[in-house]
Amino acid sequence: MNRIEALFTRKKKNILNIYFTAGFPELDAAVSVVTYLDQAGADIVELGIPYSDPLADGPTIQESGTLALKNGMTIDLLFQQVKKIRSQSEIPIVLMGYFNQMLQYGVEDFLDQAASNGADALIMPDLPMDVYKSDYQSMFEERSLGISFLVTPQTSDERIKRAAELSKNSFLYIISKSSITGSASNISQVQIDYFNKLEKLKADTPSLIGFGIHNKETFLTASAHANGAIIGSAFIRHLSKYGFEQDSISSFIDGILK
Amino acid sequence: MNETYHINESGYYGAFGGAFIPEMLYANVERLRSQYLEIIAKESFQEQFTELLIDYVGRPSPLYLAHKLSKKYGAKIYLKREDLNHTGAHKINNTIGQILLAKELGKKRIIAETGAGQHGVATATVCALMGIECIVYMGSVDIERQAPNVSRMKMLGAEVRPAESGSKTLKDATNEAIRDWINNPVDTHYIIGSVVGPHPYPDMVALFQSVISEEMKWQLQEKEGRDYPDYILACVGGGSNAAGSFYHYLDELRTKLYLAEAAGKGIDSGHSAATSILGSEGIIHGSRTMLMQTPDGQIIEPYSISAGLDYPGIGPMHANLIKQGRAKVIPVTDIEAIDAAFDLTREEGIIPALETAHAFHMLNKIDFRKEDIVVVNVSGRGDKDLSTYIKYLNRPHNVSDE
Ligand SMILES: Cc1ncc(COP(=O)(O)O)c(C=O)c1O
Repeated sequence: MNRIEALFTRKKKNILNIYFTAGFPELDAAVSVVTYLDQAGADIVELGIPYSDPLADGPTIQESGTLALKNGMTIDLLFQQVKKIRSQSEIPIVLMGYFNQMLQYGVEDFLDQAASNGADALIMPDLPMDVYKSDYQSMFEERSLGISFLVTPQTSDERIKRAAELSKNSFLYIISKSSITGSASNISQVQIDYFNKLEKLKADTPSLIGFGIHNKETFLTASAHANGAIIGSAFIRHLSKYGFEQDSISSFIDGILK
Repeated sequence: MNETYHINESGYYGAFGGAFIPEMLYANVERLRSQYLEIIAKESFQEQFTELLIDYVGRPSPLYLAHKLSKKYGAKIYLKREDLNHTGAHKINNTIGQILLAKELGKKRIIAETGAGQHGVATATVCALMGIECIVYMGSVDIERQAPNVSRMKMLGAEVRPAESGSKTLKDATNEAIRDWINNPVDTHYIIGSVVGPHPYPDMVALFQSVISEEMKWQLQEKEGRDYPDYILACVGGGSNAAGSFYHYLDELRTKLYLAEAAGKGIDSGHSAATSILGSEGIIHGSRTMLMQTPDGQIIEPYSISAGLDYPGIGPMHANLIKQGRAKVIPVTDIEAIDAAFDLTREEGIIPALETAHAFHMLNKIDFRKEDIVVVNVSGRGDKDLSTYIKYLNRPHNVSDE
């Protein structure tokens, strides 16, 4: 059982997953940021692997990635940082990147490094489910690595079921609406109907709602329709504005949870 | 085995192609995939498509025997005159096809990316024709170097949105267009301008451009008594004009296929867009293909004097043709392209687009036999590039012949 599965057996509601880009705002920031997030009460951390062409992300995440790459961030450094984090924290860690990054690194090597340094799951938004299933699923499972697939309001029922099944060692990533990351608005009735439908289709796979979650109110609404929610762009904006000292991070998390 | 260089049923050319897209794009791309062949095959679609190509675009485009070039290079050199199409390039063949398809799909809003602005103009044109809203993403660097086309798009009623991320050129404009599509999945169709992107785009765009080689077949039959040439020469950015001029000859092994890739300031200069030489296999814009990237998989910002070739990838059809040895690639530098443009202009009175000029340089690089029939695809005209050409007016020309 990886740390994510362990978490969901222990806690089922109001799970707070925080996304930010590794290498941002400073090259080694991830090590302390993740530790502070853990101490402040976040449940899962998603570390973005900065990418030159992050198609599924909005401008906030892309800019943080550009800066991280400028800072000298690499995939090897990321694995070293995860290892360091593991000497201080047992918070579940999900690595999010694009399939090309894993391909160039070498898929087996990438998975070996991810697993041996202490990551629990991956998110590769542009890795198709059928390619995962035919080429990589057994490699993930041998290493107890989970994977989270994404579903959107346009995803068919049949695909939702498949995505949930393939994500069972991690969580189903529910995209709250049709958008790239970082757009901020409130949750509508149409979205709520969609969340309710998902609840039925996803069977036992835990689910988290992401994209557009940016404050306590949206976090609580989303959490009412899934096991919890993912906050990304809003946290990155906070880091840009208030820095990555412990006070800054705990005040952000307090603002969501308290 | 029935060897073919066309796409297979799973959307691959050999090892290349596929649809590596985030779920947010899946529904739209899947709808296209499951319907494009059926829609294109409909009689009513074919009628409208053909009529517009003839009466609006001005097809067929001439196949012109270039006497002076033929003499100079010692072969029979024909020019396939896509530069004479309405809007000045081959790009409109594809936008006519895709706008009709978008209408069939009930889409109300069109987005596109553009590099040189030719695809943007071709898209803005068909949107004006059909009365559909049009947004064109263009890198802010390209907006500057292709100013005449920006003005044309605006006059045609399109909104030109600058892409400010990354290298601020074609790849970034493509990223922005894809993001727009993610945000507007229901009412919007994305008209991709080359044989790139997730399946079915490479095949769909190639199909719409295949009219080029379809015409070449009967034109050559009429002029030469045989329907295939010995060589076809085309420039390659994403690869749509090359795909269109190769299409009906992909499995005709008597025809040698040559691609001119933009070497920029030189292959080793660090300022190049020669993907097949500098690139490796990976994923760009949803397609498994050749691209320029770092060992960590970061996409490298390309460079070429020509905005239409300034792309770090290459369509999956071409990646396969090159890997299988079916097509050969010749890298052409900025200055070689400029010289080739002046050469063509002074010999034949045809000012080519900078992109096209790269293809003409290959005439210097291939040893032809006297009886060889060579077709150079003149993908576009040079009006948009005059401000670049003017800078080289006083350069001593004809340096390109040995
Ligand atoms: C005249 C012309 N030729 C060629 C190209 C390159 O595109 P492709 O490789 O898709 O033909 C462009 C792109 O803008 C163009 O405008």
